[in-house]
Parts: sequence; structure tokens; C-alpha cells
Amino acid sequence: MTAAATSLVEMPQPRSLPYRGKVGMASLIIAESAIFTIFVVAYLFYIGKSLTGPTPGEVLETPIFFTICLLSSSLTIHYASRSLERGRRSAFLSLWSLTIILGALFMCGTGREWHRLIYEHGLTISTNLFGTTYYSLVGLHAFHVTAGLIMLTVVLIFGLAGRVHKDHFRRVDVLALYWHFVDAVWVVVFTVVYIVGR
Amino acid sequence: MSSNAITIPGIRVEGKPWLETLHEWVTTVDHKRLGILYIIYGLGFLVVGGVEALIIRIQLMHSHSDFVSPQVFNRMFTMHGTTMIFFMVMPVLFGFANYLVPLMIGARDMAFPRLNAFSFWLSAFGGVLLYFSFLGGSGLYGAGNAPDVGWWAYAPLGARAFSPGHSTDYWTLSLLVSGFGSIGTAINIIATVLCMRSPGMKLGRMPLLVWLYLVMGGMVLIAITPLSAAQIMLLIDRYLGGHFFDTQAGGSAVLWMHFFWIFGHPEVYVLVIPAFGFLSEIIPVFSRKPIFGYPVMVAASVAIGFVSLSVWAHHMFTVGMNSYANSFFAITTMAVGIPTGIKIFNWIGTMWGGRIHFKVPMLFCTGFLFQFLIAGLTGIIQASVPVDWQLSLSYFVVAHFHYVIVGGILFATFGAFYYWYPKMTGRMLSERLGKWHFWLFLIGFHMTFDVMHIPGLLGMPRRIYTYEPGRGWDTLNLIVSIGAFIQAIAILVFVWNLIVSYFKGAKAGNDPWDAWTLEWSTSSPPPAYNFATVPVVASRRPLWDLKHPEDPDSRYE
Repeated sequence: MTAAATSLVEMPQPRSLPYRGKVGMASLIIAESAIFTIFVVAYLFYIGKSLTGPTPGEVLETPIFFTICLLSSSLTIHYASRSLERGRRSAFLSLWSLTIILGALFMCGTGREWHRLIYEHGLTISTNLFGTTYYSLVGLHAFHVTAGLIMLTVVLIFGLAGRVHKDHFRRVDVLALYWHFVDAVWVVVFTVVYIVGR
Repeated sequence: MSSNAITIPGIRVEGKPWLETLHEWVTTVDHKRLGILYIIYGLGFLVVGGVEALIIRIQLMHSHSDFVSPQVFNRMFTMHGTTMIFFMVMPVLFGFANYLVPLMIGARDMAFPRLNAFSFWLSAFGGVLLYFSFLGGSGLYGAGNAPDVGWWAYAPLGARAFSPGHSTDYWTLSLLVSGFGSIGTAINIIATVLCMRSPGMKLGRMPLLVWLYLVMGGMVLIAITPLSAAQIMLLIDRYLGGHFFDTQAGGSAVLWMHFFWIFGHPEVYVLVIPAFGFLSEIIPVFSRKPIFGYPVMVAASVAIGFVSLSVWAHHMFTVGMNSYANSFFAITTMAVGIPTGIKIFNWIGTMWGGRIHFKVPMLFCTGFLFQFLIAGLTGIIQASVPVDWQLSLSYFVVAHFHYVIVGGILFATFGAFYYWYPKMTGRMLSERLGKWHFWLFLIGFHMTFDVMHIPGLLGMPRRIYTYEPGRGWDTLNLIVSIGAFIQAIAILVFVWNLIVSYFKGAKAGNDPWDAWTLEWSTSSPPPAYNFATVPVVASRRPLWDLKHPEDPDSRYE
């Protein structure tokens, strides 16, 4: 059938379809964005509607250092995958590890903040509407950071075992795309929780 | 199956042991097998959800009936709605997507075969979880078993205080799990369509079904996820003592309604858009004409996808939103009618002047055109806010959306079954049984859902387990129930046809309908690798080009 079909027309130009990993991850990001949108809307809708304290203005402190950590990890992962593309594996491994360290630092920041809120201010997820929406939104983001860290660590383990090569660049880039998304979501969460919400 | 193989004299090929066959099906990552698994799974739930519908109709057949208790009645309509939407229509449509999309674009498989299998088993597990609530829903308290909060579970009904026990948890978890399955499949469909097309298969040459599944995939990403988010919030409320929908602590019941309908209304379009796709493939083939207005059809589909994301609150006119919100949602709802009307005109334009063959698939599609038009018109009626204030929560609404889902989506899906069954099994479905199925179902459908509008207009509210005699509802409800049983008989004929034709149906051959899309160029059923050589496409109707080299479509594109 191919012969018959091709005899009718000139062979189509060689074309490049998009990489499926990238399209798949982009689709996942669209879906995740919708989930985050719903949680952000709930947070915004319930600002100032708590019947009891504590309120965000009383207890929240802006986590500037940890925000810088997370946002700069976007840069390090970008340069990590660029290094892999150019075949510089040791640069890739060190930048990749740095990304994991920065992400882990951010998680420590969230952990410290939650510890302080729970033990010093007695704010839990069931205290009031602020607690419910705050822990859900920040927790949902922290969950995504954790999932990202696990995936990054798996790649690091393979990389240390010498199994990640230049050929894997496109796959590693898919993971980087996810990590950029997690960072971008933090910009929204940060704005909503620490700037608008107070 | 063995009779399909080439027989070599003197050698008898033994069939595989059944355990090995079962193992192959359970561990499969082949898009065709997963498609068939999805479809069989959906058909199973069609029967289960149908039995629940019959229980509802027996209860409502006459006034003061005590066939089931009020509690059981609540469980039945909750389970009927949830089952039919999430575990019947969605899986069947995903099944067709899985089976057809790679074949139609000339691909070897979906973009992510293992994700595909994972998504199917997630959805399957969701259905099992929902029905396990009949056993496990009572928990330690012994209160209730299956969920009884309605398919929308309005707050605060879903809260611990009003839904003790675990039945609502099973409902929440099953929708969450199957929702993740749906998202996985949607990602897969989009990646397949964008990245796996064969040479020459440009976006503008894809069969319309593929286009419509691409739109459906995009809508699933945006529309199913709000439900997942809302279910997570409900779980936080129920298990961690959160206050999202807890009005005692300042939470809002209306927020749940918004979140539910931001999912709920686009969901209708998620379901009907593949049905549009079935029509766009079947009507041209049986009218012996190419589809009328292909680019407009694509544009209208995308437009429906966009506009339908902004209509959700027309389900909430009676909640007491302000008049600006009411006007906005009334206008957007009516606006959806425009691209939908364009599609209906284009299908009629395709049939116009064609040599129409009224085979069973075409019969069902013709039924769709007529019924979907009426369903759309009653929808426009209710988009008018004052009318909706009168009709909301009455049987008029029930009749309207069953007209969409049964008269529209289910009819188109039946058409798809008759059209693609030969490709999936290599056997034709019986035309005689098919006509019985069509006419019985058509008569039963119109008896049930035409008549059901009237008690709604007379003020019969939905979800009541019985009613007083002498309100003029009795005879009407009796007719509705009799119609439901005629539909049930038609479904039995259909299932019988599926089974008998699998063993005794006429051999289909590669291309029984003289069709034009790529799936008909390979054998029926297709081999695991789909195409022996990668097909090269030069027009929207590659098989027409092949059959008519003297006058190919590619000359005119």
C-alpha cells in the first residue's frame, strides 16, 4: 500500500514531530495547574473568613531565604541539563546534586515553619479555615517538591553509577521541565499566602 | 479465532492454555487489548447501572410504592449516576480512543503504553472501590452501606456528621483514583496525536475522530482535575478535621457546588465530543460523501471545548447568585449552541445529496441527530434563568440530561459499536439483531424520556422516593417505567448480538464498509504491530486515494 500511496505524490518532507516526553509532561503540567488553581481559589476565597485565630498576619513569616533556594534551583537544573547535552558529565552531576540540596533546603524551611506554627502557635489543619487552606495549599506544593526530589535523586543515583549519558539529555530535560513547574507554582503560592493573604 | 489462522494440512495448532491467555490480557500494554478491556469493563457497568435504573423505575412506577426503602432509593440514584458517568461512558469512550486513535494516525501504539495500562487499571480499581462500599461501607458504626449523597454530594451532605460510616469515603476515593486514571489516559491521547503520526498525516489531514479526541484530552486535563482537587479537600474535611465545606466553621457549601460544576458541566462535553467524533466518521462513509466542512468542524469542536469551560454555574441559578453572574452564565450557555448547531448542519450537509445506506451504525447516528437537537433545545430553554428557577431540580432536568447522555452519547456509541466491531473482532454484528436493538431502544427511549419531561413540568421533583396519588403523575410515571424496561430488553438484544456474532458472525474482511480511514487498511483484527509498513498519507481519505488512483483526494488538497 505504501508503494501505491507514494507513487501518487512526492514523498512528504522529512518532518520533526515533538518529543512525546515533553508533550506528556506539558500535559501533566496543565492538569496540575488546574488542581493548584482550585486550591489557590479556595485559599483566596477563605482569606479573612476564619471564625477563630490565629490569623495569617499574626503567625506567618516570609520565608525569603528558602524561596531564593528553591528559585535558584531552577537555574542549577537548567545548567545541569545543558551540561549533559554537551557531554560534560561531572558538571552535570555536581549541578544536579546542587539542585537536590537546594530543594532539600527548601523542604527543611517548610518543615521548620510548620513545626513553629504547630508547637508555638497551635495552628493545625483543623484549627480554623486559615489552617485548613494554608496546610493544604503549601502541603500540596511540598508534596510536589518531595516527588520531584525523589525523581531527581533516582537520576543522581544512576548518574553516580555512570549510567546517565549524553543520549539521556531529552529525558533529563523532561524532569527539569517538571522542576521548573514546581518552582513556578511556588511563585504563585508565595504571592497568595505571604503577600496577598497577609 | 483459530479458524482465522492459515490452516496447514496435517498440523493442528493447539490453543493457548487459558491461564496464559488471562496472563497476557492482564499484563498487556497493547493499545488494542487495553481498548477492548476498557470497553468490556464499561459494558459490565452499563448492565450494573442499568439494573439500578430499573430499581428506581420500579419504585416510581406507581404512587406509595414500597418496593425499596427510601435509604435504598437514595443509594440507587447515587450509584446509578456515578456508575454511568465515571465507570460506563468514560471507560467505553477511552476504550474507543485507545483502540482507534493509533490506528487512524498510522501509529504502532500509544505514546506511553505502560502509562496506558496503568491508567486502565487505576480506573478499574476505582470501579471496584465504589462497589466494595456495598460490603465495606458500614464500617464499625453499621450506618449505611453504599454512598447515598447523590452523584454531586452537595455539602454538607458529604461531611462526617451527615454521612457517617465509610460509604462516602469509598465514593470520594473511587472518583479520585479513576480521575487520576482519566488524566493519565488524556495525557497519553494528546501525546499520541501530537507525536506519533505517520508521515504525511498533518494535523489538517487527521480524521475528525482523532481531532475530537485531542479536544477531549485537553478538556479532561482542565475539567477532571478540579473534581480531583475537590475530592482531596473533602477527604481533608472528613479525615483531618478540615473546614473547607464546613459551614459551622465559616466554610462554604456554595464553593463545593462551584468546584463540582467546574468539573461537572465540561464533563458532559468530555463525553459528547467523542460521540461527535463517531458521527463524523460514520455519517460520511454511509452517505458515500466526504465530510462537509472539515475545517469548520475542527474549529467548532475547539470552540465547544473552550466555551463549555465557562458555563458551569447554570447548574446553580437557584442557589442565589447575583444577577450579573446569572446573566453571564445564561449567555455563555446559549453561546455553546452556536458551534454545536454548526456541527449539526455539517452532518446534515454531509448526508444531503449522498447515497445514504441505512445500515445499523447509520441508523443510530441518524437517531443521534434528531435526539441531540431536542436535547440541545431543552438545554437552551433551561439556560433562561427564570425558566430554570421553575424547572430546576424537577424531572424536566432529568429528562433533559438523559436526552443528552442516552439519546445523544449512547446512541452514537452504539453506532460506533456496530461500525468498529468488525475491525475489533473480524466478525460482522448481525444486521437483523442490530435492527431489533435499534428500534426497541428507540421506542423505549422515547417512551421514557419524552414522557419524563411532563411530570417535571407538572412539578414532580427529582430524587423523591415516592409521591402522592392524584397529582396527574401516576400514568406518566408508569409509561416512563415501561419504556425503561423496553430499553433494557434492547440492551439484552445488543449484548446477545455482541456474544453470538463473535462466534457466528459473517467474516468481515479488512474493509467491510468501503471506508476511507487508515484503520481499514490493516487486517481485522489488526496484528499486534498494526501496520506491516508505515503508511504514508497524502490526503484526508488515504484509502480513497488507494482505491481510486485515477482521481485521488490529494489532487484537490
